Amino acid sequence: MIVEDLLITEQKQIADNIFMMKLTGNSVSHMDSPGQFIHLKVADGIDPLLRRPISICDVDAGSQELKIIYRTEGKGTKQLSEKKVSDTVNVLGPLGEGFPTDHMERGETALLVGGGVGVPPLYYLAKKLAAKGIDLQIILGFRSEKDVFLEEEFKKLGQVTVTTEDGSRGLKGYVTDGMAQLDVPYQTYYTCGPTPMLRAVQLSAKSEGYVSLEERMGCGVGACLACVCDVAEDHIGEGKKYRKACSDGPVFIAGEVII
Amino acid sequence: MKNLRVVLPGLSMKNPVMPASGCFGFGQEYGRFYDLNELGAITVKAVTTDERPGNPTPRVAEVDGGMLNAIGLQNPGLDHVTKHELPWLEKFDIPVIVNVAGNVMEDYIHVSKQLSSIKNVSAIELNISCPNVKVGGIQFGSDPEIAAELTRKVKAVSNVPVYVKLSPNVSDIVGMAKAVEQAGADGLSMINTLVGMKIDIKTGRPVIANKTGGLSGPAIKPVAIRMIHDVSQVVKIPIIGMGGIHCADDILEFLMAGASAVAIGTANFVDPFACPNLIKELSQRMDELGIEDINSIVGRSWRSCENVTSSWH
Repeated sequence: MIVEDLLITEQKQIADNIFMMKLTGNSVSHMDSPGQFIHLKVADGIDPLLRRPISICDVDAGSQELKIIYRTEGKGTKQLSEKKVSDTVNVLGPLGEGFPTDHMERGETALLVGGGVGVPPLYYLAKKLAAKGIDLQIILGFRSEKDVFLEEEFKKLGQVTVTTEDGSRGLKGYVTDGMAQLDVPYQTYYTCGPTPMLRAVQLSAKSEGYVSLEERMGCGVGACLACVCDVAEDHIGEGKKYRKACSDGPVFIAGEVII
Repeated sequence: MKNLRVVLPGLSMKNPVMPASGCFGFGQEYGRFYDLNELGAITVKAVTTDERPGNPTPRVAEVDGGMLNAIGLQNPGLDHVTKHELPWLEKFDIPVIVNVAGNVMEDYIHVSKQLSSIKNVSAIELNISCPNVKVGGIQFGSDPEIAAELTRKVKAVSNVPVYVKLSPNVSDIVGMAKAVEQAGADGLSMINTLVGMKIDIKTGRPVIANKTGGLSGPAIKPVAIRMIHDVSQVVKIPIIGMGGIHCADDILEFLMAGASAVAIGTANFVDPFACPNLIKELSQRMDELGIEDINSIVGRSWRSCENVTSSWH
């Protein structure tokens, strides 16, 4: 865990309110686990005051380059989108526990289900899994055609289904409609997106899996207890009754925490 | 020679900076970033008799110049803290202050008695000012007579000095401070958060599940400065000042207002290295301003010039 001013090497809008930013610095070489996130300080002063957690979308270890994709929603992300190439951003990270991949073996199939800004961390995961020889079924859900991003990039790594709520691109409906159409068995699923989507994916899935939560965070390092979730009854055992999304997660075994 | 050392009841501190309760867990999270021995002292999260699950989420919301939180005193309970959290801090050579909370007076008395007999607990901080729990907390902090009674009872059982953390959500902070001083408090911590609310205009509902939350961060600093300025002139016991500190000049301001030491809260969330960075920055600012002894500026805002021992003007 390092705090470092990373240099912006690229910044561009890739969909409606969606931006892609590339950053470089020494700490990028530690970002080797897909599903982890970085905590960005957008402004030098106190406006906005807190950091913004943003998932890692891709890492090029060789060039120490990190890619993030974010939606401009509030003051912080708007300011981030106004930054230019060769500006710096103060980054704390990598933080959190990412998606486990060690148990997957060559020739097995993984299902990746992402929704909106939950899609980016699945890209780094897909690259890692594809490199291991895992077959990928990828379902990406968006509101509408103007919101779609990363579709072409994912197509190079596996079988992609895009769903949109209004049917303006791909399958009309939700990611779970995409899941219902799947005719290939899979050994593990990985999902990231808004909580109602995660809940639905968890119910529809036919294997064990991992969910990545989007929670409102404070410190990002496990101290403030802003982002806690309750542990499901059958997962408590002797341990704690809660998990911190920032440091125990954001990725959890499906069913471990109540979402 | 330059001096950053400050001495308060039970607390011999190499510098006047400590993290504020609730913003630093039990130390382990920030111990991964730096050596906690750099701190003047450490204040750990509020401890209650039994484990507390805290409030539903969302528990935090950012606002201009600060944040709202309603964690709800989530903590693993006295037994766990005694067996697991406090022993981990034994390896550090800094005073440990434990924040104590409860539903009823007996809870405070029980927890304080137990904790104060643990060898690495240097002081107790009575949390009579948490705005985010339905029972206990601020109930004890809004009535001077009840606050005094609680202070007296805890003092009677505690083996270590007792600091009382005051709420700014009162009409007469000076009256509160005098009441707990007369009841035997060894020091004051001030201020806790100010009760606030943020509404999401998309949903029309409060952002925080608890609806209200405690406002912290730079936005509350002027309130803290004013209260410490007023209280420090009428009490003899020392004050640990807190409320929105995020640079070394803020620390100087708190000391000049009348605090003898300071605690850093929200700034830890902005930068995990906030405390050690502030300590370094404070030392540099003392050089720049010609302050030789940090103690010399305590209460500088209201003390007459003859009483100021520093050569600094």
